[in-house]
Amino acid sequence: MTIVFYLIAAITVAGALAAVLLKNTVHCALALTVAFAGLAIQFLELDAQFAGFAQILVYIGAVAILVVFAILLTRGSETPKGGVFSKSWLAGLIIAAMVFAVLGWAVLNSTSVLPNETAKPAVSVLDIGNALMGRYVLPLEIVAVLLTSALIGAVIVAKHEKGSAK
Amino acid sequence: MIENADQIFVLLQHWVMSFFPPALQHVVGVLISVVAIICVFPALFAISVLLERKGLGRMQNRYGPNRVGPLGILQPVADGLKSLTKEDIVPTSADGVVHFLAPVFLVVVVFMGYAVLPMGRNMTLVNLDAGLLFFFAMGASTELSVFMAGWSSRNKYSLLGAMRAVAQMISYEVPLLLASLVVVMMTGSMNLGRIVDVQNQYTWGLPHWYIFTPWGFAAFLLYATATTAESNRSPFDLPEGESELVAGYFTEYSGFKFALFFLGEYVGMLSVSGLGATLFLGGWSAPFSFLTWVPSWIWFFGKVMLSICVFIWLRGTLPRLRQDQLMNFAWKFVLPLSLLNLFVAGLWRFLGEGFARWGVCSAILLVAYFAMAKVGMRKESFGPRSYRYAE
Amino acid sequence: MGSLSHGQVTPLQGYLLLAAVLFAIGLAGALTRRNAILVLIGIELMLNAANLNLIAFWRYGPHPEMLTGMMFAIFSIAVAAAEAAVGLGLVIHIYRFTQTTDLDKMTRMKG
Repeated sequence: MTIVFYLIAAITVAGALAAVLLKNTVHCALALTVAFAGLAIQFLELDAQFAGFAQILVYIGAVAILVVFAILLTRGSETPKGGVFSKSWLAGLIIAAMVFAVLGWAVLNSTSVLPNETAKPAVSVLDIGNALMGRYVLPLEIVAVLLTSALIGAVIVAKHEKGSAK
Repeated sequence: MIENADQIFVLLQHWVMSFFPPALQHVVGVLISVVAIICVFPALFAISVLLERKGLGRMQNRYGPNRVGPLGILQPVADGLKSLTKEDIVPTSADGVVHFLAPVFLVVVVFMGYAVLPMGRNMTLVNLDAGLLFFFAMGASTELSVFMAGWSSRNKYSLLGAMRAVAQMISYEVPLLLASLVVVMMTGSMNLGRIVDVQNQYTWGLPHWYIFTPWGFAAFLLYATATTAESNRSPFDLPEGESELVAGYFTEYSGFKFALFFLGEYVGMLSVSGLGATLFLGGWSAPFSFLTWVPSWIWFFGKVMLSICVFIWLRGTLPRLRQDQLMNFAWKFVLPLSLLNLFVAGLWRFLGEGFARWGVCSAILLVAYFAMAKVGMRKESFGPRSYRYAE
Repeated sequence: MGSLSHGQVTPLQGYLLLAAVLFAIGLAGALTRRNAILVLIGIELMLNAANLNLIAFWRYGPHPEMLTGMMFAIFSIAVAAAEAAVGLGLVIHIYRFTQTTDLDKMTRMKG
């Protein structure tokens, strides 16, 4: 459990906390970007280079920008009257705390036969490519269809209808 | 002797590393490379700023700056001193933290891209297996800093410039990735060092650079278009259109922060030129087999400066594209052509060695180019004017 | 894996705990905030926590050369991006009709 892990974990958790607690919505989106970056570094720590760089490219390069555009298009940068937390915030907090308690207990108290020290996996991009085209070709094609339909659907849902201009 | 001149920087690095105990040597080696990159590329930035101003001046039939030194050579020094000593004005309604962090984030992310560029034989900082993916991940992160700069200024013109810039950058991101993907497909690896090694072979004295193949040439042109748009350079510089939007998303920045944005833009231009040289122009390999005695890093930096000169030439020659023309161009022309280019590259591999594949691939690409130009880029006729107010 | 009574936390347990913390924070955000977009931000945090779980088990589990965990995480990243796009498109569409993104006000199905 290296010092790098603790440092990056602290940054990630701080970013996540800021993302759900801050009042200004755009600040929340930018704190979410910090959390994504922290997670990408954790992926690199776990020797998953391809997943780490894909995380930066997709999440920080696309999803964060999408969230920010949506905030601006829905006037989210103005703080609402009546506070930013909903009426039933206590129930939500208790549920989240219980979920964390259950997960934490499960992680810390389980016994399993996984070895403590495993060798670094020697995985190259060539292996990933072969796997994508070999064993995982069906999920790849399905994800391609899914992404195309999501693209078309998002454009249809979000665009102005012709003639509805006021 | 030739070998030493080629590897002179690597030898210097090892010599400095030898002064440290073995436990620290790796860290010291990496630190030396990082310091070298941080010193060399801003120096190249200063040279390219001067080159741009003199070059643009000559193209516009005037002298560029010529007061500060002989032929204006000390002009970057004067500019740097000016930007350091100017007052740093932050508007009172601006979002302080985000306003400060935007140029910092831009500069950090742009310099990270240099970590995977092979600047000479054995001169890559980190020879990553997924090097190209890392470079594009860093390129995609620059868009967020542009948005941060525009939004935090609380200024309508800045926000408008930032929105235009982000829309332009995400539109041209897909053709950029597709154009580079062709090279990855034909090399079989995302490792930039390997891409250069494959191009370093010679047939009858001519190199195997990818630009000399039909799909490589098309991909190079698409890559050049996409990177001009990604760096917000003319003819795609509407976001910083000086005649329309004051200065776009960095209107409210003054002094050193403005200099950082300027630095970020030019250093970004240098890094995508470096990537273009690596992917299509053979990186550090020499153009003819009888010229391999010249050190490899000279070829790399020569190609980068040549690309910068082409960028400056484009800026001085072409008029600016309007925002909707720019987006039209991206989605209706560049993107279909880059997809077709992928297909043609596959066909190239499928047809096997010989002269037939040159003819077939070139024919398909030329026909597609002219057909798309006729069909995709026709002028739209103007209908009755419709109004759409902000809600 | 060791258990808490031994006092040793293995690296795998460290990553899983981090993922659990992020998941709980994301869940709290999704359940307590008023703005619909912040609910989506909470959902993205939960998906990222699950990805971290997958990659941690891929690294420390048996047969990392089978690439199952990494593939699952990559597909999860792609699907999460698609879902964020569609979800945000829906939020924008609803904003056009109701002029608000406040979830406390959108308590009826009839528009």
